[in-house]
Amino acid sequence: MLLNLPRASTFAGDIDGLVVLVTWLVGAWFVATQLMFFWLMWRFRARDGVKSQYITGKEPHLKKWINIPHTLILLCDIVIIVAAVRVWVKVKQTLPPADDTIRVVGQQCTWAFQQSGTDGTLDTADDVWTSDTLHVAEGKTYHFLLESKDVLHSFFVPVFRLKQDAIPGRTITGWFKANRAGSYDILCAEICGIGHGIMGGRIVVDTPEQHAAWMQKHSVVADAGATTTDSTAATGAKN
Amino acid sequence: MTTHAPAVAHDAGHPAHSEPTGFLKYCWSTDHKVIAMQYMFTGMLMAMVAGFMAYVFRMQIAYPGMNVPLFGHVSPDTYNALITQHGSIMVFWVAMPVLLAGFGNFLIPLMCGCDDMVFPRINRLSYQLFLLSALVLIASWFVPGGGFGGAWTAYPPLSAVGKYNLTPMGSTMWVIAVALEFVAFLLGGINFIVTSMNARAPGMKAFDVPLAVWMIVVASLLFMASVGPLIAGAVMLLFDQNLGTAFYNPTRGGDPVLWQHLFWFFGHPEVYVVLLPAMGIVAEIITVFARKKMFAYKTVIYTVVATGVLSFFVWAHHQFVAGIDPRMANVFTVTTVIISIPIAEMCFLYIATLYGGSIRFSTPMLWALAFMSEFLIGGVTGIYLGASGADIFFHDTYFVVAHFHYTFYPIAIIGTLAGITFWFPKMFGRMMNETLGKIHFWGTIIPFNFIFIPMFFLGLSGEHRRIYDYTNFPDLATPSMQALRITSTVALVVMLLFQFVFLFNFIMSMIRGKRAEKNPWKSNTLEWTADSPPPHGNWAEMPTVYRGPYEYAVPGRERDYWPQDERA
Repeated sequence: MLLNLPRASTFAGDIDGLVVLVTWLVGAWFVATQLMFFWLMWRFRARDGVKSQYITGKEPHLKKWINIPHTLILLCDIVIIVAAVRVWVKVKQTLPPADDTIRVVGQQCTWAFQQSGTDGTLDTADDVWTSDTLHVAEGKTYHFLLESKDVLHSFFVPVFRLKQDAIPGRTITGWFKANRAGSYDILCAEICGIGHGIMGGRIVVDTPEQHAAWMQKHSVVADAGATTTDSTAATGAKN
Repeated sequence: MTTHAPAVAHDAGHPAHSEPTGFLKYCWSTDHKVIAMQYMFTGMLMAMVAGFMAYVFRMQIAYPGMNVPLFGHVSPDTYNALITQHGSIMVFWVAMPVLLAGFGNFLIPLMCGCDDMVFPRINRLSYQLFLLSALVLIASWFVPGGGFGGAWTAYPPLSAVGKYNLTPMGSTMWVIAVALEFVAFLLGGINFIVTSMNARAPGMKAFDVPLAVWMIVVASLLFMASVGPLIAGAVMLLFDQNLGTAFYNPTRGGDPVLWQHLFWFFGHPEVYVVLLPAMGIVAEIITVFARKKMFAYKTVIYTVVATGVLSFFVWAHHQFVAGIDPRMANVFTVTTVIISIPIAEMCFLYIATLYGGSIRFSTPMLWALAFMSEFLIGGVTGIYLGASGADIFFHDTYFVVAHFHYTFYPIAIIGTLAGITFWFPKMFGRMMNETLGKIHFWGTIIPFNFIFIPMFFLGLSGEHRRIYDYTNFPDLATPSMQALRITSTVALVVMLLFQFVFLFNFIMSMIRGKRAEKNPWKSNTLEWTADSPPPHGNWAEMPTVYRGPYEYAVPGRERDYWPQDERA
């Protein structure tokens, strides 16, 4: 867990683990370097009658103080690179099979979400469109198709540790699997104009039963072609 | 112009050097020192403007909706414009003019022992274009629609399409201002490189050149090699904005991500363009005040060159989640993390220089040491962002804001103040007040950390950038996060107020400070052999160089320093 930020997706733990690993490695270097730095400042402060020494930096007994840390940093770098790439490949480069697919559309300055409805297929008559609020089921792997209608946006769900820019003219596919019920912020992390400061939404992670009931309700309404009065959901078949 | 000719008396009647007098001096002077001061003062004025902007938008973040004293209500579009202009100014109109052009112009001829830049009139043109670019930028805030507000990175389509950014004129003028600024620095860069290569004092070999000059030259090379693609990109953006082209318009076959590549291909080397002059300044100061030879001088130069070369291969770490092919991230995370090796080596060598020294903590030295200590925070936090897997979360959060301020602030503010307090006697012929200098130092450094450390924690809590009011987001509107925002804002106000101590000290010392001798810090490099301040042409008799710049405490000599021009 990063400070007070809960983990609500299956890969949040991987990213946090990487952050913790980096913290231990660079933290150790940081503390050691600062301690050495301040110690040298104190130890070699100007004192009456003590002249400074003539050191070129070629002296082997001093050079090792540069060369050994230098090699150790290379080793730390390799550890960090391997760990970073492993997390990256898992989150961004592989696509586990989907249980369901949603479409996320950014538009100055709001998020719209298209869900597959009860039939589990996108772009059919029972699709559910919502704006600002996205309902997903805990434990289900979702693919999202990220699109933008105007400028760049960035789909950012801090509790999932998920971020992906949306680019007009492209559809970017990604995935997540929520594992902690609750209601969390969706943010737009890329400046998108005058409304960037209000562009956000909520992601509601339901238990599978709650989610099925929610989908049933809205999907049926969509099927009937009626509009809903649910303040968080603007539904309508779009195809 | 002095080239490899032997040291001769300066020919004051040289036609290219006839100097205008009075007010005209400041319009048409070709003297590198006058041009340096012009760059420096313009940069410092722009820094005050950008500092005021930071004050306004930080007040809005800490106390959303308030009427900010001396400014008024901050609307969302004003907020976007303020953060955009703050970033643009600090990078292009403060860090570059002061560190690269200001110190570059002042130091290169003086440290290389020549009478002026090799192309003095190109040098003058460079400043005039720079001034024009600053005026275009300032004018852009007052056109219909207001100043550009699409962030200093100006990603299209937001920056390219008027109906999206709502500032069609402001964004066009922003692009023109940036492009003019680049032209000014290309002209300056030519001078820096040619002068230091061709006009060094007799006897000054490449490895007798002070690190400040080396680093400014490498920075100029980096700038000149990286800026071309961005100038092309800026012209394409200008055409997209005004002539109906579609280089970045996806609906007509363009690609918005192309701009990001062009921008960051320049943008990342740019970090080192401003870092290196600051590192050079710090190298001069720590050797003088520790009375030490630079630890492994040649290795420092090699690490600088290695960093410079590597900096061309890391740009896409700004774009990990921007929609590039995910496989690219694996390559760029390797190059990015690897750049820590030469940079860490450079820092270690600087720290090792203190070993065996006799350290005097005068104001310039305090700034130089603070640079090292604070920059280290910026350096280590960069690893989090270079590690692709972690950057998925950190990208565009306040963690990034805190990280790059821990690099840019030491560079643009601490490095500059180190340089100004160190060379002030040479620039103006008077000493600065040491007590006020120390008050200003502590009054800046302590609040500085209170501004930016809270931002690391805000970023870790998921706070994203460029938002004028966090109460719009339930998870970010918690009282503890707001307390961190207020801490940061209050610290900023305190820090800005302490800058008046500096201004007072600067102006009063210029007028009535103690007269400075030629070499008040007992330094080795050539600028300290000229009068304080040096006259036009710098020396009556041009210096000859006999040794490297850092021969302090040489065994067997009574004095602990050995100026470069002193015959053995």
